[in-house]
Amino acid sequence: MLKTKKNTFDVDAVRAEFPVLDQKVYGKKQLIYFDSAASSQKPKSVADAVAHYYLYEHANIHRGVHFLSQQATDQYEKVRKKTRDFINAAYDEEIIFTSGTTDGINLVAATFDRAYIQPGDEVIVSGMEHHSNLVPWQMMCERSGAVLKFVPVSDSGEFVFDAYEKLLNSKTKLVAVSHVSNTLGTINPVKNIISKAHDFGAKVLIDGAQSVPHLKVDVRDLDCDFYAFSAHKMYGPTGVGVLYGKKEILNEMPPYRGGGEMIKTVTLEKSTYNGLPHKFEAGTPNIAGVIGLGAAIDFMLRDYVKGAEEHEHEVLQYCEEQLRRHFNEIKIIGEAPEKTGGVSFLLGDLHHYDVGVLLDRLGVAVRTGHHCTEPLMTRFGITGTVRASFGMYNTKDEVDVFIDGLKHAERMLS
Amino acid sequence: MSEINKIQDEIIEEFDLFDDWMDKYEHIIEFAKDVPQISEELKNDSNLVKGCQSKVWLAPEKKGEKLYFNADSDAVITRGIVGLLIRILSGRSPKEIAQADLYALERIGLKEHLSPNRANGLVSMVNMMKSYAQATA
Repeated sequence: MLKTKKNTFDVDAVRAEFPVLDQKVYGKKQLIYFDSAASSQKPKSVADAVAHYYLYEHANIHRGVHFLSQQATDQYEKVRKKTRDFINAAYDEEIIFTSGTTDGINLVAATFDRAYIQPGDEVIVSGMEHHSNLVPWQMMCERSGAVLKFVPVSDSGEFVFDAYEKLLNSKTKLVAVSHVSNTLGTINPVKNIISKAHDFGAKVLIDGAQSVPHLKVDVRDLDCDFYAFSAHKMYGPTGVGVLYGKKEILNEMPPYRGGGEMIKTVTLEKSTYNGLPHKFEAGTPNIAGVIGLGAAIDFMLRDYVKGAEEHEHEVLQYCEEQLRRHFNEIKIIGEAPEKTGGVSFLLGDLHHYDVGVLLDRLGVAVRTGHHCTEPLMTRFGITGTVRASFGMYNTKDEVDVFIDGLKHAERMLS
Repeated sequence: MSEINKIQDEIIEEFDLFDDWMDKYEHIIEFAKDVPQISEELKNDSNLVKGCQSKVWLAPEKKGEKLYFNADSDAVITRGIVGLLIRILSGRSPKEIAQADLYALERIGLKEHLSPNRANGLVSMVNMMKSYAQATA
């Protein structure tokens, strides 16, 4: 469905929704929040939806016969439909609510092998994965006797496609790759990655934690088998996320956790399981979180948010330009032509921790360290980076203040 | 007053001179430059106090009745704070070290460097200093 796209983005209208940004820290420094890749800030509409739910609408869902329970169930299931539309999935039951990206990946890693993996089969991940899209596969391979293979990362921070093609073979059963690297900002060519894997009959899981906040995601166009993302990085609440999975594959996979909601019948000896999506949603879910996720999706579809992608791209490009212009010693880690979300860098031989601590005292919140991608740090021969990452509320003016702060930190540390 | 608390009070007085945060950090960075370098061979894995972001190496040494610490970090600010801790604790008796109440960092407003959130290895370093002291007391 192609809509005529009119850029109606209005950064002032966006910022007005985020009261957290309008504050001074350490007494007198205007807060500049450049850590949205770790977690985005929340618009008032999301906080209001969660508060309203708790104050006026709360009851446990699905089994209640009373008014509040039915109303809460209705709202919860409406968000499932809304999420389906948001990522263009084919069926409601392909949307599994989880506690976040990590939980979604763990769900697949805990159950996929039982239906699809034999000892000696192969699983492919890339060298730029967040630990959340690496450790669960290590665990799955250890349990199932599958072998984990790695796609190298180029000097510019890109997925080496040729090497990937060479790794694929008839033993490959699963490929797990991030859509956007949390450390490098690289946008991976996931559509091609998926279609190549499918040529060998392998399934593909995409870690969408860093892409959903910035890019329009269409799971049917991508033809991915799984797509996992978190609400809290896309302006929604913490503790809630989504696992999309193709219906026929999810149906093959056994349940993840046992408990209420996920059963059809239970005797003391044995249970039969509920159908999708409830099979994978044992226990009382994060109802308020799901309601908040619905509000976050509404927020991302507002008129004044249309065109946020272009705005974020401009801020990112401006930031990289300014870093290069003002610092001779700058080393940008991740120079792929297609990037979004943020920039990782080092300033000469200054330690990322020192730079981060001083920027913080100047009011600028950045993240420092290995960003949960230790193998990637090893690949680049470094222990960490400073990462400035952006949300739609960030501006070029903020980048200027950040650059001044960085100059100040450089002077102090040199 | 114990020697440890005397030094802590001295440090608090030094830092009282600075109103501005950046001046405090400036002082810590200056202080870091004066911390005696530890030899490269002591920067080994068994002396590494692994923090999430900055590395800290700690090498204790008992001379007579006193416990001495050599330590270093790959980050300048951490190194400065490590230097402060050494100034407070090194060269004291194991008993004094084990019982020390380290209030100076909180009083000069650097408490967050000791919080687990900072994950810079300093919490582990203080714990290690105290457990060496307990072991040799």
